[in-house]
Amino acid sequence: MAIFLDKGSKIIVQGMTGSEGMKHTRRMLASGTDIVGGVNPRKAGTTVEFEGAAGTGVAAGGAGGGARSVPVFGTVAEAREATGADVSVVFVPPAFAKAAVVEAADAGAPLVVVITEGIPVHDAVAFRAYAQQRGTRIIGPNCPGLISPGLSNAGIIPADIAPEPGRIGLVSKSGTLTYQLMYELRDIGFSSCVGIGGDPVIGTTHIDCLAAFEKDPETDLIVMIGEIGGDAEERAAEFVREHVTKPVVGYVAGFTAPEGKTMGHAGAIVSGSSGTARAKKEALEAAGVQVGETPTETARLVLDRLA
Amino acid sequence: MDLFEHQARELFERHGVLVPEAHVARTGGEAREAAVRLGADEHGVVVKAQVKTGGRGKAGGVKRAADAASAELTARQILGMDVKGHTVHTVMLARPVAVEQEYYVSFVLDRAQGQFVAIASAEGGMDIEEVAAARPEAVARVPVDPADGVTEEKAAEIAAAGSLPEGAAPVLRKLWQVLCSEDALLVEVNPLVRTAGGELVALDGKVTLDDNARFRQARWGEEREQDEGGGQSDGDALEALAAEKGLNYVKLDGEVGVIGNGAGLVMSTLDVVAKCGAKPADFLDIGGGASAQVMADGLSVVLGDPSVRSVLVNVFGGITACDAVADGITQALARIRLTKPLVVRLDGNNAARGREILDADPHPLLEQRSTMDGAAERAAELATATAA
Repeated sequence: MAIFLDKGSKIIVQGMTGSEGMKHTRRMLASGTDIVGGVNPRKAGTTVEFEGAAGTGVAAGGAGGGARSVPVFGTVAEAREATGADVSVVFVPPAFAKAAVVEAADAGAPLVVVITEGIPVHDAVAFRAYAQQRGTRIIGPNCPGLISPGLSNAGIIPADIAPEPGRIGLVSKSGTLTYQLMYELRDIGFSSCVGIGGDPVIGTTHIDCLAAFEKDPETDLIVMIGEIGGDAEERAAEFVREHVTKPVVGYVAGFTAPEGKTMGHAGAIVSGSSGTARAKKEALEAAGVQVGETPTETARLVLDRLA
Repeated sequence: MDLFEHQARELFERHGVLVPEAHVARTGGEAREAAVRLGADEHGVVVKAQVKTGGRGKAGGVKRAADAASAELTARQILGMDVKGHTVHTVMLARPVAVEQEYYVSFVLDRAQGQFVAIASAEGGMDIEEVAAARPEAVARVPVDPADGVTEEKAAEIAAAGSLPEGAAPVLRKLWQVLCSEDALLVEVNPLVRTAGGELVALDGKVTLDDNARFRQARWGEEREQDEGGGQSDGDALEALAAEKGLNYVKLDGEVGVIGNGAGLVMSTLDVVAKCGAKPADFLDIGGGASAQVMADGLSVVLGDPSVRSVLVNVFGGITACDAVADGITQALARIRLTKPLVVRLDGNNAARGREILDADPHPLLEQRSTMDGAAERAAELATATAA
């Protein structure tokens, strides 16, 4: 089953014809993802050929070898009507991201994955509320997207880090830490890995993913990666205590971060005494979550729990 | 980006919120002129240090002066003063206001709810977090629906919940305008005062702008310029240099220079270095690309930090291929002179190929380690060994 994304997911890409959109559409196709269209009003009616894109990645049963041509539609609504797409991945530049998400929500897309980094917070607040009212789930913004290995890949997570499906569910604010943990645990494999993004305002939270993994019969253990800023990890700890029966292993980055400095991610900032890594680690441990001190130790804790 | 008080004051004024008459000064002479213009000889003047940190009052950074001559003396005392590691380069002189009562109002981002929330209290002038901790019932929190904003009804609701005085609702709507039209993440007025004449004046304020909105806020260029050299802490020269080169760099106070890809991985690398008994000297995220130019720029900034004793490059190749990163390092080392030991950890996509490239062109100061923990340990060891 996996969460949010499975074998039947049909994906369109908003901003497919830009350079990042092209590069990652090719990679998604190569990992066996069913990309059914792109959206760009100026290139509607054309098709884009992806040479050697369909192939050997996550879904061994995907369209084998050779080129794949992907049609470009003028709007998300047209793309949905023509293809039955249920997921949109957004690569458009920050200035246009709000309009892109609003359009996808208006078209009734159930899941919108916003990869774009650098979206103004006021825009994220607006499109998050808008999508919520229309029943559209947003993942991101400023995230690597999500992958259900062997089934589908919506975003930029490299499928070949951990190509085989497995029974760990992973949720993380950070892209590279997701990759690091996927790599360390590649022999066990993942049901789904969700990069929720490092911005202060995001559509899907740790808690949403914990709840979905708890319900997912394919997931035996959950890895939760957090970092400084806000109190999402503390609230997730509370949720674990009350609602999660599966084992949860955690990791928190940013113990050495100084107060008042933004550490790369817009949301990664310790303000006064709030948002510290220590407070997050303590809250998680108090809720029965084992927390590793380094990514490698975190992976070892997972292996111990599954042994 | 946090604004100085005088910049926040200007924004308030631009949006029709009443503020005290005030001028900025960088020298004692300028302070005297400003004081004269403000009529200090008649009714005194307030001299306020401009620093982007709290607690300046306690540190002696806010003082009342009786006339223009003593304003000059006071300004000279405050200029150059250190407030929590921030040197005071600017003071603001403001005309005193006859205060009847102090209130608190702000709009802040509620990350958990993904929307802005109004905070209001009739107990202004103090640290609002302390008030909220001691007497939570004295502080009202009212969420603002992003689709509607602060309507007349919402403003009235906030004012009533926070026991704000008559006339507060229109001020709240103007402050909401500041928040939205300036792309601010925080607009705080503390205190908002009711004067003897019954007016509501924003006596002190704090505004944080959203760096992500820079592309549509043309005016911010000016604010950044004013920022240069004003109220900055140490280590800013390196941060300014890094910013010029487009690098995502934060100066820290240790001895192991850290370069990596991805904000989360770099933060994690700092922690692992600390766990190995050394202290990280910086946070530097070179992002996905890691081209030779970016690597050379990154290395030159980190090596330019005199407190750095060893450098750790920690890259996990996700989208980036490690052979490209290794090429970047090799080319960077051809452009700059490596003066300190460098430990490199390449893992993930094409890691074996990347390690071969570095092995093929050995540099006496460069060592490789295959794991993040091993590399951090070695870098920490080198930093503490050279320190001894």
